Amino acid sequence: MIDLRQSVRLWFAPARISEQGETPDYRFSLANERTFLAWLRTALALVGGGFAVDQFLPGLRSGWRLGLALALLAAGVLCALRAINHWVRCERAMRRGEDLPVSRFPALMSVVVAAVAVAMVVVVVGGWAG
Amino acid sequence: MRRSGRDPGLQPERTRLAWRRTTLACTVAAVLAARAALRGGSPLAGALLCALCLSVWLAFLAFAHRRIRALSASAPRLLAPRLALAATACTVALALCAAALVL
Repeated sequence: MIDLRQSVRLWFAPARISEQGETPDYRFSLANERTFLAWLRTALALVGGGFAVDQFLPGLRSGWRLGLALALLAAGVLCALRAINHWVRCERAMRRGEDLPVSRFPALMSVVVAAVAVAMVVVVVGGWAG
Repeated sequence: MRRSGRDPGLQPERTRLAWRRTTLACTVAAVLAARAALRGGSPLAGALLCALCLSVWLAFLAFAHRRIRALSASAPRLLAPRLALAATACTVALALCAAALVL
């Protein structure tokens, strides 16, 4: 929890990252930046999926539609916040020469996406899709 | 660290393209948002949300453009955390617009 608070502080204080440790080879930082962007694209895709569920499944019962759309949107928000948090933590670890942070997040995201997919299958097979 | 010539791994180019892909993903989300906003119930709220999504998209475009230009330097500097935060904020703002449209 303290670690999270420190990371959040780093999001807003650009100078603090440069203060820590030594500047790594810029290519490592660029690789880290691309990873951040890949997670941001995942987040944008989840948000797009939320819109798509809402707009392109009009026959779906409103409860299911709302639930699926909100689940995808919430996953998108989580993914975006996690993207910047992981970027900051990796950058700091590289500067300090520490190991890169490990994370349960990719597994969690997979489970959420799988759950949404199973829900979709149930909706279609059960004939609630109209 | 090397200072001159071309990076054999083309890292700045790859990063530039990553920004372009992300801008494209943002465009798709913004187009879906605009469609949802204009098809919604009340025209006034729809127009407002549509304008909001459009400005979020324009802001993302501006941030990406700034970073892409910075990446053409021979040894690009670290992505400013403020810029990373701004890009994240755009994504979250689109998600909030979506939630407002869905509910």
